[in-house]
Amino acid sequence: MAYDKFEILTSSAVPLPIENVDTDQIIPARFLKATKREGFGDNLFRDWRYNNDGSPKEDFILNNPIYSGKILVGGKNFGSGSSREHAAWAVYDYGFRCVISSFFADIFKNNCLNIGVLPVQVSAEFLDKVFKAIEADPNAQFEVNLQEQKVTILATGESEGFDINSYKKGNMLNGFDDIDYLQNMKGEIEQFAETRPF
Amino acid sequence: MGKTLFDKVWDSHVVRKIEGGPDVFFIDRHMVHEVTSPVAFLGIKNRGVEVLYPKKTFATADHNTPTINQHLPVQDPLSAGQLKALEENAKEYGISHWGLGHEKNGIVHVVGPEYGITLPGATIVCGDSHTSTHGAFGAIAFGIGTSEVEMVLATQCIMQPKPKKMKININGQLQKGVTPKDVALFIISQLTTSGATGYFVEYAGDVFENMTMEGRMTVCNLSIEMGARGGMIAPDQTTFDYIEGREFTPKGADWDKAMEYWKTLKTDDDAVFDKEFNYDGSQIEPMITYGTNPGMGMGISGSIPTAEQQDGNPATFKKSLTYMDFNEGDSMIGKKIDYVFIGSCTNGRIEDFRAFASLVKGHKKADHVTAWLVPGSHKVEAAIKEEGLLDILNEAGFELREPGCSACLAMNDDKVPAGKLAVSTSNRNFEGRQGPGSRTLLASPLVAAASAVTGVVTDPRELLEGVMA
Ligand code: SF4
Repeated sequence: MAYDKFEILTSSAVPLPIENVDTDQIIPARFLKATKREGFGDNLFRDWRYNNDGSPKEDFILNNPIYSGKILVGGKNFGSGSSREHAAWAVYDYGFRCVISSFFADIFKNNCLNIGVLPVQVSAEFLDKVFKAIEADPNAQFEVNLQEQKVTILATGESEGFDINSYKKGNMLNGFDDIDYLQNMKGEIEQFAETRPF
Repeated sequence: MGKTLFDKVWDSHVVRKIEGGPDVFFIDRHMVHEVTSPVAFLGIKNRGVEVLYPKKTFATADHNTPTINQHLPVQDPLSAGQLKALEENAKEYGISHWGLGHEKNGIVHVVGPEYGITLPGATIVCGDSHTSTHGAFGAIAFGIGTSEVEMVLATQCIMQPKPKKMKININGQLQKGVTPKDVALFIISQLTTSGATGYFVEYAGDVFENMTMEGRMTVCNLSIEMGARGGMIAPDQTTFDYIEGREFTPKGADWDKAMEYWKTLKTDDDAVFDKEFNYDGSQIEPMITYGTNPGMGMGISGSIPTAEQQDGNPATFKKSLTYMDFNEGDSMIGKKIDYVFIGSCTNGRIEDFRAFASLVKGHKKADHVTAWLVPGSHKVEAAIKEEGLLDILNEAGFELREPGCSACLAMNDDKVPAGKLAVSTSNRNFEGRQGPGSRTLLASPLVAAASAVTGVVTDPRELLEGVMA
């Protein structure tokens, strides 16, 4: 599915300083019953966000109006667990375009890149600075520059580079997806398939 | 320099290398189920693209199927909608579909090996993270997201950077009462849930060589729980004996040719891994988890560490114990339990039910315990009946349900109520995994059996005297 181009994102951020946030917390399994890719943002962090009766839990960060923005900042090992792309859809559908953490689980990271959410992996020290900046000012602005592969805390000017492979980077900058690429090499794939024994 | 088993299989599936990018990676076998496939099918429909190789994709319904009264219409309209979508998509694109009620129906990672879809040297993907199970056969198998399901449908390829390589060696004689599940939970407790992120694991050593295929599947299944992309074990005579003659395995001359290739699937002596770990198998105890990720596990006779004794963030650790309603220093043995779940693609195979039955034989289920016994497939269900295990289970007060993922992820009605404590043979103890507010202890079928009859967390070795030689 095509998505908007990602170039430079300047935004405030929502802090979630918890480690090992797993995909069952991001979107519990009981919300995976749709046959379309719509509305998952409503159930992002469902069980942390709402009481059983559907009322919001006041102490959860997404229910605190002083935090907003297109960047989600999570603790180490963000997105562990299931392969459900619904977790990445929920993050995207809620309005986040970027997740910053010091470590991501593999499949979640891949899923994000495939749907237009940029996973930005920074050092533990820098992550700490990001959390501190939001603590000092909930409206602190960050700049995520994909072209330069750099994230900056605008209030202090501190910045750090991040990795992304050049192919995925190109896709995100242009809003392309992998199927466009794969379809263009169909002949080559078919030739290869002939050589497979089973 | 020599190649590892993983290198050999990976390199032979690269269609194109992209400079500074991932490999275009060819997929031999693709399994789909009802939850992660509808949006992928919708995707190819919207693009106006056909499924390139429908015979390489296999569909089964498992994630949100009920485990009782499967002959009746599915009550939940959303679940019914997904099941119907799978059936229609499979039909439209000519994909074989083992839906609810079909004799071959079962959990995707149970039926793949049962029918010989899973083969050594193959690449296998599915929109489910426990696809790593199939690595037990010397295949490269891993879970993918829905966008990638769409890619495989449309082009039989995905874009993957090659992971790094890790080897885990375990030698030594396992103690009585220690199962493949315990070996896997032990490894995860050592490596943590993110310790193998970015790696593909090869399991080696006599502990794995001596395991049955079902045991190897349990181990490879749990590779993802330490963050690994997948895990694999070199195919050997045990592997070949298991796959020979199954419906989708090569036959006759094709078999001979395949065997020639499969025998080359070993890590060369001079191959190098990016990381290696060694453990002594004789030191592993029956395991149990106490927290909200699979890495929070320990030998069953141990006690919960303090926040300072463990390596993770202390606040996250304490949050987890608060959720579980446990305290630092608690012993798990003797904690009263409410539910027992045996099943899932981790421990829902016939050997798991044999182990469970061997231990409950001659005992009675504790009155206050609700037990869900869910076979991984119809084939497993049939074997339970044929082997007389059902009688043993019934006599001990247990009932058998129909196949599916069930309480492994609680998408159907099999939900553990809030606050209740379950001993589960599945693979994840995340908050709410088995139902909102549920508390899960991951363990082997033997620990589950011992706890089911006593009603409290129990070391199976106490009941094993005279049961197993
Ligand atoms: S049993 Fe659990 S882990 Fe296995 S396929 Fe089903 S939901 Fe996934």
